[in-house]
Amino acid sequence: MTDQQQQLDLRKDEVEAGTTTGLASPSVDVTDSRQNSLWSDAWRSLKRNPLFWLGATFGIVFLLIAIAPQVFARGVDPRACDLANSKATPSADHWFGYDVQGCDYLANVVYGARNSLIIGIFAVLVVLLLGVVVGAIAGFYGGFTDGLLSRIADIFYALPLILGALVLLRVGPETSIPILNSRGPGAVALALALFGWMTAMRLVRSQVIAVKSSDYVAAARAMGASDIRILVRHILPNAVAPVLVYTTITIGVLIAAEATLTYLGVGLQRPAISWGLQIEAGQDSIRSAPHLVLFPSLILTMTVMAFVMMGDALRDALDPRQRS
Amino acid sequence: MGRYVARRLLLTIPVLLGASFLIFAMVYALPGNPIRALAGDRPVSPAVVEVLTERFHLNDPLWVQYWEYLKNLFSGDLGTDFRGRPVIDTIERTLPVTIKLTAVAIVFEAIIGIIAGVLAGIRRNSFFDNLVLVSTTVIVSIPILVLAFIAQLALGLKLGWFPIAGTREGLYSYILPGLVLASGSLAYVARLTRTSIAENMRADYVRTARAKGLPNRTVIVRHTLRNSLIPVVTFIGADIGSLLGGAIVTETVFNLPGIGREVFDSVRSQEGAVVVGIVTLMVFFFIFFNLVVDVLYAVLDPRIRYD
Repeated sequence: MTDQQQQLDLRKDEVEAGTTTGLASPSVDVTDSRQNSLWSDAWRSLKRNPLFWLGATFGIVFLLIAIAPQVFARGVDPRACDLANSKATPSADHWFGYDVQGCDYLANVVYGARNSLIIGIFAVLVVLLLGVVVGAIAGFYGGFTDGLLSRIADIFYALPLILGALVLLRVGPETSIPILNSRGPGAVALALALFGWMTAMRLVRSQVIAVKSSDYVAAARAMGASDIRILVRHILPNAVAPVLVYTTITIGVLIAAEATLTYLGVGLQRPAISWGLQIEAGQDSIRSAPHLVLFPSLILTMTVMAFVMMGDALRDALDPRQRS
Repeated sequence: MGRYVARRLLLTIPVLLGASFLIFAMVYALPGNPIRALAGDRPVSPAVVEVLTERFHLNDPLWVQYWEYLKNLFSGDLGTDFRGRPVIDTIERTLPVTIKLTAVAIVFEAIIGIIAGVLAGIRRNSFFDNLVLVSTTVIVSIPILVLAFIAQLALGLKLGWFPIAGTREGLYSYILPGLVLASGSLAYVARLTRTSIAENMRADYVRTARAKGLPNRTVIVRHTLRNSLIPVVTFIGADIGSLLGGAIVTETVFNLPGIGREVFDSVRSQEGAVVVGIVTLMVFFFIFFNLVVDVLYAVLDPRIRYD
């Protein structure tokens, strides 16, 4: 290590030692100007991060595809099939070739985006709802309530996401529980959320515990603010940054989980168009027509990657300890 | 320490019971008729229906059924599937496959993950460091399902290096699925090691070691690595518990007859006893390895005291 570098490192240490804002110590009273500076600092750092722009570009493209698939399918109807074209390889006119039924594969893959995004976003909203409400109650009231809710979270945590959702979706259609017995996107999203809310709950809970004993919370209580007002106005805003990072990455994770469940046969069912179904159908002809597995896999991976990259970039930007 | 372990052990009981009840309730709360599912299209005589209903407690309320199940469980009886085969036999047949798969995955995860993380951590912002950062992001983003097919296509079919399904070639057939199963954790281990090393490289005791004039190698191997690897070792330990229960997709795609594929098949054919038995076992593994790791943490790092 050269002298110059060492000096630089030393300076970095000093700078880091001086930064005690925002995330690093949430007990510091976060006034409006401070909060603005956390977010504007974060935005400045995000703007310089190429991974963020790559992820954001992918993300926006997939959003557009999900909204208007017919444009990206170049006007081809995904269900207009001709068995004569079965398993035809990609060509200039049909970029992704044809599937077993002789349907244009580009159109099919493109039309699959909507279900994935709908399930990913809907599931993450339910995860947030459960996580924030349960986490806030557990952290704020503590004691027996916290113990009970945390043990319940432990129970769900011990079951792998795919396994829990697999069982629930298998039995769902035979119950009379609305949404869950629909075999549709709603059922998949609900099952994923039911076995995926625990991390969000723990995040919120720990943030609430970290700030609930600070002076400004006591001041708010002295002014006569109700529990709900204290939670919503004074405590929960501290959890926004970590929850935002978690949410972004989780959308990607849940989209991957949906494809997996659908592949395993308990998620979306034909005639729905979904990447999981395409991979499942394609694996039978993986030797003769590998493109049938490759294209939906590629697009699925890029979608997941978009959210993971954005989440990673957000974390780097929102964590003041990482800034130099 | 002893008190801490005892308290943790006590706390795991409700979690274990809760998780197994959750699965039990989901599997058995079905209005569907498992006897009809078993018989398929063939007619079943009322006497058979009666005997099966009695044997599987199908008419009792849920909590009675669960209580019966627990009583049997503690006498070592996990019940039988609808063909009369004991669930314990099914577990004995399938568990070794999953253990082998997990062992292979953990070896990959530890060796590749730690080496990549150390090399990236000691030279931050080098080319290799950035390579590790980008490749771990990519690996984390590839769903296991997709990774399994890519591995089968590229390394199995195109290059012909590995068998793509089954266990016919002994331990060798576990390499490809092991690598796929390990991928996510491998990327995480690499990142964890990298961050941990990079943090410790700036610690005072490392600066002291350098100031004493110790050679770079000694500083890294004797001083930095030892401390940096504590969180990594504990993560890998806990991951054993997760991988033992999380190999459903890998085992299904690679056609390995382990507990993951068995539980998947049983969910599909509604073999309730098998599902509940195996899932309870998976939850037990998960909780057990987490507990071991928590205790191990205190052993490895004397700064941590639980009492």
